[in-house]
Amino acid sequence: MAEAPVVGTPAADGRTKTRLEMHGVSKSFGATVALDDVDLLVEAGQVHALVGENGAGKSTLMKVLSGAHPADKGRMALDGEPYAPRHPLDARQAGVSMIYQELSLAPHLSVAENVLLGMEPSRGGVIDRREMRRRTKDALRQLGHGDISPETPVYRLGMAERQLVEVARAIAVGCRVLVLDEPTSSLTQKDVARLFALIRRLKEQGLAIIYISHFIEELREIADQFTVLRDGKTIGGGKMGNATAEKIVGMMVGREIDDLYPRSERTPGKAVLTIDELSGERKPRAASLTLHRGEVLGIAGLVGAGRTELMRALFGLDQIRSGSIQLATFVGPYSPNRRWTQGLGLVSEDRQGEGLATSMSVADNLTLSELGGLGPVGMILPREQDRATQRWVDKLRIRCDSPRQPVSRLSGGNQQKIALARLLHHNVDVLLLDEPTRGIDVGSKAQIYALIDELTCGSSEPGHEPRAVLMVSSYLPELLGVCDRIAVMCRGELGVARPVSEWNEQLLMFEATGGERAA
Amino acid sequence: MINKLGPLLALFAIYGFFAMIAPASFRTTGNLELMAIQTASVGTAAIGMTFIIMSAGIDLSVGSIVALASVVIAVLLRSEAPPLVAALSGIGLATLCGLVNGVVITVFKVVPFIATLGTLLLVRGVALFLGDEQKVDAPRTWLRELLSYLPPERAWMLLPPGIWLLIVLAVGSALMLRYTRLGRHILAVGSNEQTARLCGVAINRVKICVYMIGGATAGLAGTMLFSRLNVGDPTSAGGMELDVIAAVVIGGGSLSGGEGSILGSLVGAMIMTVIKSGCTQFGLPTYTQQMVTGAIIVGAVALDRLRHRTTRGD
Repeated sequence: MAEAPVVGTPAADGRTKTRLEMHGVSKSFGATVALDDVDLLVEAGQVHALVGENGAGKSTLMKVLSGAHPADKGRMALDGEPYAPRHPLDARQAGVSMIYQELSLAPHLSVAENVLLGMEPSRGGVIDRREMRRRTKDALRQLGHGDISPETPVYRLGMAERQLVEVARAIAVGCRVLVLDEPTSSLTQKDVARLFALIRRLKEQGLAIIYISHFIEELREIADQFTVLRDGKTIGGGKMGNATAEKIVGMMVGREIDDLYPRSERTPGKAVLTIDELSGERKPRAASLTLHRGEVLGIAGLVGAGRTELMRALFGLDQIRSGSIQLATFVGPYSPNRRWTQGLGLVSEDRQGEGLATSMSVADNLTLSELGGLGPVGMILPREQDRATQRWVDKLRIRCDSPRQPVSRLSGGNQQKIALARLLHHNVDVLLLDEPTRGIDVGSKAQIYALIDELTCGSSEPGHEPRAVLMVSSYLPELLGVCDRIAVMCRGELGVARPVSEWNEQLLMFEATGGERAA
Repeated sequence: MINKLGPLLALFAIYGFFAMIAPASFRTTGNLELMAIQTASVGTAAIGMTFIIMSAGIDLSVGSIVALASVVIAVLLRSEAPPLVAALSGIGLATLCGLVNGVVITVFKVVPFIATLGTLLLVRGVALFLGDEQKVDAPRTWLRELLSYLPPERAWMLLPPGIWLLIVLAVGSALMLRYTRLGRHILAVGSNEQTARLCGVAINRVKICVYMIGGATAGLAGTMLFSRLNVGDPTSAGGMELDVIAAVVIGGGSLSGGEGSILGSLVGAMIMTVIKSGCTQFGLPTYTQQMVTGAIIVGAVALDRLRHRTTRGD
């Protein structure tokens, strides 16, 4: 695919202004080439989407831009002036600010202290608090949120407000290029709308914005231009308006994606998981549902609706207050240990914090819940552990050097496959998948969808009954594509599970935001 | 590979350094034996501490438990209990201290630093009470032989029996960590407790086990200390927990858990002894030993961090 020329839309005076130029940027780590002759041109007053699978080089490119890594080759310019930051503070002072996926605020400090952290106005070594308040207030007002008090400690703020503080931090130092890395991954739908309004406002003020996201639909809504990276190279780009989602995804993965959501013939069997009026400490509230073998049941809802709490209660990780859970023939609340032996497995939504012990090896993570049968007399022989692991590494096409490689070295998609493989190694019948594709690349997503289909139709494993999948996701196209039935959770209450043919995105969102639906 | 061998190479380098410049007496086999004997107590306790630190815990009460064990043994010997019974009682009581640590940490959810800071004082108090606030002299028994120079007629043993005991214990522990369920679970709890919980690991049970192992090895360390001094001294081993922690850290243990090795910890303990011995032979004052040891601790960890940074260049 030839690289399309990157042309900005004309500004008000009829001329476009190139804010940031990156030419021929290359960067290697040892033998690994992370960036190979990458070009990126970003116009002032535009939102430029940077897309690519995990490991394509987006993060490295942004680290070069923000001064965290020096480039081996290539040159950069900011408003025509040569730009070569030596460290992140240097970049920040030159007007390049980054906002990462994981917010980097100090929760115990106030909003003002966070906004001006590292560049506090001072007189003779004493911090000028009034000046700090004033500059913070100005920045917040510029963002249209003069209502947030500079004195509030950050831990009192919600996720969306914290993000606002991060943006204010960039504004307060006179930012010219703002990089947003997966800014919506921890936001609710409503907060996303607010963020987009904010981005449009910044755009009008003439900022150049680089926007990194895996959500193509989201990019199509907010971005003016896009550039695709693959394997450290610039693959192409152009105006967002001229590109279809399929075209962009095709450029990202380097091949045509024809069927993202395969769906084999599934025949629902007998019920394996029945919950009745289940209530947790706070959420869920009196939730009831039945899950059958050979079925994928989806749970939609906003972040904080209680979906994760429901999964945790089912798995024995959280206390339940009332109601009953029947798993196959087992009744009553149990510990995770019991749940595993009863044939229930959970993939956590929090891959880094809970799902995987990232400093441990692939093999240790994959076999942790089931260390039996890996050696004589209850011993665990690394050789057997590796053999068991290799089987799943091959089957799920997990990219790793060896079963002994620490999980932290793998990409998000491969990490998630390991979290899933643990359930397969344990050979569970019922899979609880909480946001199974969060933050992973499209290629891995497609593989996970295919795997879910394979497990529930039972065709791939002769002699094994079809399994059952209960899946939570905030990504509606995925739920509609993968599930047989979907129920919506709203404020701790679980709605009725209906066949997927009766749902669409609008209906799901309507119910998730508390709208009533005629029965 | 260099990860595991780093401390060992450092040990050889430091030994080689002193062997070159120190008086000839440093190089004698007698001095080697003496250094082994001097390392025995700290080395034994470091085995237990390795388990604890790998599980992301810490035990500050080790020194007090060592003292308590030595006092209990002396008191029992004085009332003419058989030496084996005395030693096992000391170790048993020490294990009980570990159990208390484990229960306070898991059931009452007190952070390990605070919980064991409490037992540090508590156990020391009990030791002083049992010893009536003074050294307890004990009759001479075969326990004395555990860690004394080998008489010529038993030269075939190469090392005193206490050292052999330490070696067997170390090998057993290393195998246990690598090849058993408990071993893998300890590592998992230290690496990421949430993941361990998710995978059905009985976290509280693992932690209680770990602190009991720590208590038991401290008890054995106390037995060794007693063997060397032949008195139960309730004020002995003050601050020994810091030497033990230092040994684990020099050997590659990380206080945030998930990392460490038995061999590394023993090597760490030996490095400190070699420095001590080398400086003594040189006639250097104690403060130089402390300065050198301090620099080694910080240097070892700084090097380790530096290596972590260069290998994670993504």
